[in-house]
Amino acid sequence: MKILVPVKRVIDYNVKPRVKADGTGVDLANVKMSMNPFDEIAVEEAIRLKEKGAATEIVAVSVGPAKAQETLRTALAMGADRAILVETEEEVEPLAVAKILKAIADEEQPGLVILGKQSISDDSNQTGQMLAALMGRPQGTFANTVAVEGDSVVVKREVDGGLQTVKLALPAIVTTDLRLNEPRYASLPNIMKAKQKPLATKTAGDYGVDLTPRLKTLKVQEPAVRQAGVKVADVAELVGKLKTLGIAD
Amino acid sequence: MKTLVLVEHDNTRVQDATLAVVTAASKLGEVHLLVAGHNCGAVAEAAAKIAGVGKVHVADDAAYANGLAENVAPLAAALMADHDAFLAAATTQGKNVAPRVAAHLDVMQISEILSVEGPKTFTRPIYAGNAIATVESTDAKLVITVRGTAFEKAATEGGSGTVEAVSGPGDAGTSSFVSSEIAKSERPELTSAKIIVSGGRALKDAETFEATITPLADKLGAAIGASRAAVDAGYVPNDYQVGQTGKIVAPEVYFAIGISGAIQHLAGMKDSKVIIAINKDEDAPIFQVADIGLVTDLFTAVPELTGAL
Repeated sequence: MKILVPVKRVIDYNVKPRVKADGTGVDLANVKMSMNPFDEIAVEEAIRLKEKGAATEIVAVSVGPAKAQETLRTALAMGADRAILVETEEEVEPLAVAKILKAIADEEQPGLVILGKQSISDDSNQTGQMLAALMGRPQGTFANTVAVEGDSVVVKREVDGGLQTVKLALPAIVTTDLRLNEPRYASLPNIMKAKQKPLATKTAGDYGVDLTPRLKTLKVQEPAVRQAGVKVADVAELVGKLKTLGIAD
Repeated sequence: MKTLVLVEHDNTRVQDATLAVVTAASKLGEVHLLVAGHNCGAVAEAAAKIAGVGKVHVADDAAYANGLAENVAPLAAALMADHDAFLAAATTQGKNVAPRVAAHLDVMQISEILSVEGPKTFTRPIYAGNAIATVESTDAKLVITVRGTAFEKAATEGGSGTVEAVSGPGDAGTSSFVSSEIAKSERPELTSAKIIVSGGRALKDAETFEATITPLADKLGAAIGASRAAVDAGYVPNDYQVGQTGKIVAPEVYFAIGISGAIQHLAGMKDSKVIIAINKDEDAPIFQVADIGLVTDLFTAVPELTGAL
C-alpha cells in the first residue's frame, strides 16, 4: 500500500508572527520557516506504518513556493521515498489544495492519505475533509491512534469530551492530532541520502486546477491587546478581590 | 438570506455550542436547522423552541446516529439547494462535517468566524490568534464554522419553529462507528462553564493535579482545564486542553494555576472576562494578561485559597 503525505511550509512554530504595518497580511520576510508541525506527525505516522509492514511506499507532496523543496527534503530525510512539489508562488486555499491532491491521488492510487489536521498559518482545518469529499472516501480526522486492519483502517479520534473510534474502508484520509506520535529527527546520513531521492516538480496547470482564491482578504490586524491587571501580595488579598467580583462570599 | 445550521446533539439534547451558531446565523438571515440523527425526536422538538428558529429539518436514520461526516455531509449539501449559507459550530463535530459540505458545494469554507461584518464578510483568527483577518467570500453559497465564545447564545425557549422530516442518501457505506469514550462528569462543560480552574505543567503529576486543582474547582462549581504541557505530560485527558489546538474558552472567571502562558494557551483563554493567575515565576507571560496575579508557590496558595472560600 502506498501512503500519500501532503506537507506545508509554514512559519516556524517558535516564531511569533507579526502583522504587516499595511494590514495586508503577516510578515514572512526573513522569518524562519519549517514543516507544519501537524504534517511532521503525518510523515512520522506514515513511516511507522511502513516500518510495521502496513505500507510499501511513502510519497510526500507539497503545494507551495520553490522553497517548499526544503520541506519535502525534510520529509524525505525522515523516511519518505519520493516527493512531488506543485510549485506556485501564490497563496493557495484549502479547496484548491484539495483539488490538486485529488488529482495526484487519482494518479498515485494511495491506500491512505495522511495529513495534518490544520496548518498553524491559516488555521483552516479543511484540506483533509475536502479531499475526502472530493475523492468520495471516508475520513478519520484528529487522529490519536491509527491501525491498519486488512482492507480498513481503525482510527481513534480526539473529539470534544473524549475519544471516538471509527472504522474506515480503504482508501481513506486521516488527519493528525498532536498526540498521535512524536516525530523523529532526521539523522545526518539520512539528510544526505534524502538529497538523492526523487523530487518531481509540477504546476497546478498540470493537474488542471484553477488557483483563483475564493476568499478576498480585506485586511489583517493585530488582535486587541489585553492589559495586565494588578498583583496581589497573598491569598487573603486575593480572596478580598474575589469577594468584590462576587466570586467568593 | 436563508441559512442552515447544523445542530450538534447526542440524540437526546441540543449541545450548547449550537446556540451561538444560531446567533451568528441570525445576523445573516432566516435561520433553519438541520437535525441529523437517530431516534432524535426530542432534539428536533427542543431545537424548534430555540429563539429565532424558522424551520427544523429532521433526518432520522440509523446512518446519522453518530454524526459520521461521510453520511451527514451529502445530506446537508443536498439541503443547501434551498439555502444560501451553511453554518456549524467550530467544535470537533462541526470541523469534521463542514469542510466536506463545502467541497460537495465547491465552496471555500470560512473557518471559526469571530464576527459577521456584512452578508459575505467575516473576521477570523489566523496564526493561533496572533492576527485577525477580515475576509470576503466570492462564492455563491457560504459555508462557515463559528467560534462559540465569540457570539451570545440564543435563548433555548421562545422559538416556534416548524419540524419537517427530510431524508438523505443515508449510509455511504465507507465508514462505521466503533465506540466512544466520553468522560461522564457532574462538572460543567469546559466551553460553557462560568468558572474554569486550569492547571499547568507545574502540577507535577496526575495525582498532584487532582489533589490540588479538583478541591478548588469543587468549591467554585467550576470546570477543570489544563495547558497543553499538562496534557502532554499525562496529568489529565486530552479533552481538558485549553488552547489554540484544544478548546477555546471564554468564562466569566479563569484561574490559571501553574501555567506559564504560552502563546498557544493564551489563544484559547484570553477572551475570559477575569483572568486570575497563580505562578511562582513573576516573569511568566500569563501575568501580562491576568487581571489579578499572585506570585507564590501554588502548593501552599491553592489549598489556602480553597480553604478560605
